[in-house]
Amino acid sequence: MTNSADAAGDHESYDLAVVGAGPAGLAAAASAAEHGVRVALLDGAPQPGGQFYRQPAAELRAERPQALHHHWSAFQHLLARLDAVRERVTLLSDHHVWSVTGGSGAFAVHALTGPDQRQARSLTARQVLFATGAHERQLPFPGWTLPGVVGAGGAQAMLKAGLVLPGRRVLVAGSGPLLLAVAASLTAAGATVPLVAEAAGYLGYARGARVLAANAGKLVEGAQHGATLLRHGVRLRPRTAVVAAHGTDRVEAVTLARLDAAWRPLSGTQWRVPCDAVAVGHGLVPQLELPLEFGCHTRRLPDGSAALVVDAAQRTTVPGVWAAGESTGVGGVQLAITEGELAGLAVAGQNTAPRSLLRRRSRQRAFADLMAARHAPGSGWTQWLDDATEVCRCEEVTARQVRDAVAELGAADQRTVKLLTRAGMGWCQARMCGPAVARLCGAPNADRHDDGAPTRPLSTPVPLGLLAECDTNAPSSEGAPR
Amino acid sequence: MTRGPLDLVRARPEPPFEFSFDGEQLTALPGQTVAAALWQSGRLAWRRTRVGDRPRGAFCGMGACYDCLVELDGVPNVRACLAPVRPGTRVRTQRGDGHDELR
Ligand SMILES: Cc1cc2nc3c(=O)[nH]c(=O)nc-3n(C[C@H](O)[C@H](O)[C@H](O)COP(=O)(O)OP(=O)(O)OC[C@H]3O[C@@H](n4cnc5c(N)ncnc54)[C@H](O)[C@@H]3O)c2cc1C
Ligand code: FES
Repeated sequence: MTNSADAAGDHESYDLAVVGAGPAGLAAAASAAEHGVRVALLDGAPQPGGQFYRQPAAELRAERPQALHHHWSAFQHLLARLDAVRERVTLLSDHHVWSVTGGSGAFAVHALTGPDQRQARSLTARQVLFATGAHERQLPFPGWTLPGVVGAGGAQAMLKAGLVLPGRRVLVAGSGPLLLAVAASLTAAGATVPLVAEAAGYLGYARGARVLAANAGKLVEGAQHGATLLRHGVRLRPRTAVVAAHGTDRVEAVTLARLDAAWRPLSGTQWRVPCDAVAVGHGLVPQLELPLEFGCHTRRLPDGSAALVVDAAQRTTVPGVWAAGESTGVGGVQLAITEGELAGLAVAGQNTAPRSLLRRRSRQRAFADLMAARHAPGSGWTQWLDDATEVCRCEEVTARQVRDAVAELGAADQRTVKLLTRAGMGWCQARMCGPAVARLCGAPNADRHDDGAPTRPLSTPVPLGLLAECDTNAPSSEGAPR
Repeated sequence: MTRGPLDLVRARPEPPFEFSFDGEQLTALPGQTVAAALWQSGRLAWRRTRVGDRPRGAFCGMGACYDCLVELDGVPNVRACLAPVRPGTRVRTQRGDGHDELR
């Protein structure tokens, strides 16, 4: 790969622009380039790899980065394949894409780059592939804004990239298979994990026995995490949730409660556990700002979140726009790679994909759907909230304010609640509170994007000056966060 | 000594350096972000919210939540989880919208 800080000039043109250099984007870029396609591979992060293969910063000189990763060899293999076709792949790390314009045959991809992400850079491409991954779904609870309460994926990301922990005694809570991976990494890195609280039951898996049997690799992975946890004496408590975090300037303890099948806390089952950090997350939600801006159609996943509709060749509903990985439905690293391979082949005009790849994709998707259904948030979680719980972290809007907007002012959807309370209007643009607000206004099993008002105009706050000059390279100094 | 993340991956980092946080000298390792360096020093909070004046720090760890905003070398509203820390960087707790001191 050419890593081209040097290939400046803003009218570079490519056959394909891949947005996102996670497992899906890497696989797509490799398989397309192997068939002659000239690819620009853009990612906002300083190094390729995405969420799963997030690497320690180079200056930390880790001799064994694989100690924090399963499937590290698969990553090395992807990098080697890209290296073999480096004359056709331009890797643009540190390039955050904030807008894609144009249409099939002539797309313009606009990115922010430079040491402070305030420089504009644009390129053109005949086709675009979104491999933008997912972010964590968060559900609020009293005390979740205390320092030390961090996203489970966030704790994982900070550990993998910066080799740091948020505390010594880190309770892991929420729902979904990622929790096991996070708990295993935290303990391996020296933290004590007093408990993994999983809101869903694990029994439901039994009903998908056939799907599970067909995905032995996934089970082995789960078993490896399980073994790590056993070795460190970490207990996994299904049907359990953190219903409050306590502390003044940082978290000092949590209250746990047993849940019923709908995630309602059972009375009389609460107990307190001291800890100095909490890693919490309730599954992943596809990151769709850019494709939604483009009008790509979405479908509803078994857990209520929206994902891109793609055909057998990973084409979205917009001509010239492709998607692979978590943006088409959360399914883990192997599915992301499989989809990337298939998309890359299709972009290159290889119309007959190997049957083995197609079979692998449908098997892995079945597994993903089973997981999503098992870990879909139950409607009873809203009972964790007290009036003062901040639902929107950015604008500090409480559960009481949102409920009043719904009950007294008649707000029936996220957009109206936002106008009335400012919930979802802050810098994160509802990434953190979206799923919660949607459910508080009555959509029982819905995430944001769901009220038919999906489009948030930009995927990142952009310095205003850039909007005017997005075709030039001139830096701007407006005060948007970075 | 307890095993930490650095031992786990056998990191042999380049020598640590100093930066300041609210006037106090702390050390960081090359390659770490501001948020990682602050976590390493045991600090979890470096922002006070606009409405309730409550402490906040990193939450999503990946640039999506903007909870980790900090003042870096005099510039407010910088995401600590993305910004690399460098020798001599001056980090300050961000208050309100980051422009409070100017009023
Ligand atoms: C915080 C977090 C931590 C995770 N940790 C684990 C784990 O430890 N183990 C595990 O099995 N699974 C983990 N996952 C699940 C993981 O996302 C998938 O298994 C896998 O990485 C999906 O691959 P992907 O290529 O679809 O997406 P990702 O790996 O998420 O890659 C997407 C890439 O797109 C880039 N991107 C997104 N938007 C833009 C934009 N606008 N401009 C430029 N670049 C952009 C991102 O920087 C990222 O590198 C984690 C997920 C998250 C959200
Ligand atoms: S921790 Fe979320 S943006 Fe930095």
